[in-house]
Amino acid sequence: MPKPLYPTVPSAETLVLNVGPQHPSTHGVLRVVLELDGETIVRATPDIGFLHTGIEKTAENLFYSQVVPLTDRVDYLASLSNNLAYCLSVEKILGLEVPPRAQWLRVLLAELTRINNHLVWLGTTALELGAMSVLLYTFREREDVLRLFELVSGQRMMTSYFRIGGVALEPPLTFYDRVDAFLKMFPSRVDEYKDLLTENRIWLARTRGIGVLTKEVALDYCISGPNLRASGVNWDLRKCQPYSSYEKFDFRVPVEPAGDVYARYLVRMEEMRQSVRIARQALEGLPAGPIRADAPGVILPDREKMKSQMEALIQHFKIVTDGFAPPVGEAYVPIEGPKGEIGFYVVSDGSPRPWRCRIRPPSLLNVQVLSKLLPGHMLADAIAIIASVDFVLGEVDR
Amino acid sequence: MMPLADELKEHPILQKLQAFHPQSVVSASRFRGELTLAIPREQIRAVCEFLKQEPEVQFDFLTDLTCVDHYPAEPRFELVYHLLSLTSRERLRLKTRVTSENPRVDSITGLWGGANWFEREIFDLFGIQFTGHPHLRRLLMPDDWQGYPLRKDYPLEGPR
Repeated sequence: MPKPLYPTVPSAETLVLNVGPQHPSTHGVLRVVLELDGETIVRATPDIGFLHTGIEKTAENLFYSQVVPLTDRVDYLASLSNNLAYCLSVEKILGLEVPPRAQWLRVLLAELTRINNHLVWLGTTALELGAMSVLLYTFREREDVLRLFELVSGQRMMTSYFRIGGVALEPPLTFYDRVDAFLKMFPSRVDEYKDLLTENRIWLARTRGIGVLTKEVALDYCISGPNLRASGVNWDLRKCQPYSSYEKFDFRVPVEPAGDVYARYLVRMEEMRQSVRIARQALEGLPAGPIRADAPGVILPDREKMKSQMEALIQHFKIVTDGFAPPVGEAYVPIEGPKGEIGFYVVSDGSPRPWRCRIRPPSLLNVQVLSKLLPGHMLADAIAIIASVDFVLGEVDR
Repeated sequence: MMPLADELKEHPILQKLQAFHPQSVVSASRFRGELTLAIPREQIRAVCEFLKQEPEVQFDFLTDLTCVDHYPAEPRFELVYHLLSLTSRERLRLKTRVTSENPRVDSITGLWGGANWFEREIFDLFGIQFTGHPHLRRLLMPDDWQGYPLRKDYPLEGPR
């Protein structure tokens, strides 16, 4: 006999309102059951799982390299971040050293991914609060970022560009000019969003003091990323536990103490500017050299070599048909994803398929904390709060 | 069970835990720099509480809680706790094994509210019971689902 949704039966004095799973302001198939006293929320129960596709189960039955495309589909707004987190964990088990050029390219694209994610977040959050024009502007810039992704990987969203040991291909030469043009243009666009929102009276009234996530609750609920920094905790994995050479880049980590929707907005706005800084450094300091680690039997040989050397062709065939078997071991390398700490806990039993591939989903925790954030607020504020924590249901349900 | 490796015996976290309870660590290992401690099932909650509250250790952040099915080995299930200290910036992995006859472990929702959905997910996908969980029910699968999909003996594809 399944257990009911609530631990206790709702009181007869309150009204139970079902929001979602088909509701435009839940950003996907999220269901939140609200118990209302008049217009005030007394209890909020998020209900998830409508998009569960068993990605972790599927991953256990694929070769290590075949899991990369699955990670795109976890958080489809930050596919390159997921690629990176997965590759780092597998590379750690393998003990691979990724060449600097690939690391710099990864940093560059991971920061563009962050910009892409925050643009969607900003546009949809503003749309929820009635500022429709912001969405049109942010999606205009997002289109530029997606074109850059398309340029390097051939895909706008499901990039799979980072591979175990490096990146898939050398980017085309036009890529660098296009990134340069985007990075020149984009800060002025952030100023545009700022002019539209930061001192906008309606925006302030709808976001300040709303959905306050205190530092204590944030830590108790395992919140990470921009949401944690908007609650006054200075914790950014790019600074605190650097990966992929982030320690060589100069940037600032924005922290806001207030913990409300407005603080979460300010942190993400500043993060976009800092991402431009990092991407600029990565673009200008891009080292020369190979883009894949030198590990025969694990990393695919160069296509040119395959056409002239029998040995390379055999290797390619072996890796594609039999996969490669990392040593027995396990690794968890978290990265600072746009939504928080994302990492893949990969367990290897020495076979070519991962024994376990656990995804640590920041979105799941961002949704879970809604049950803490919503009570005490008006129904209309629920929309602002749900939008502000930033989640993608593909990652919540996996 | 593996004995403690010599290089790890001197590790400050291990020494603290030995002082807290002599039988609290079954084994310790390090792979690619990541420290893993195996904890007896009965002690896992107490060890987490100790690590969270002990001022000199302060593993105050629960990063992740998950499960690995080692079918057909017994004890079959391995619960994996990833802890993080925001002060010392260290990470620690705790593991505890539970058998398939009695897949039950103490809940740590009292220590971290965020563990609530992690534990519900493990209950949902592996069928592990958490003693002391406030409202243990399925998280991702439908309420009336039969079986636990992430178990290794659960088929990848069902009948069509």
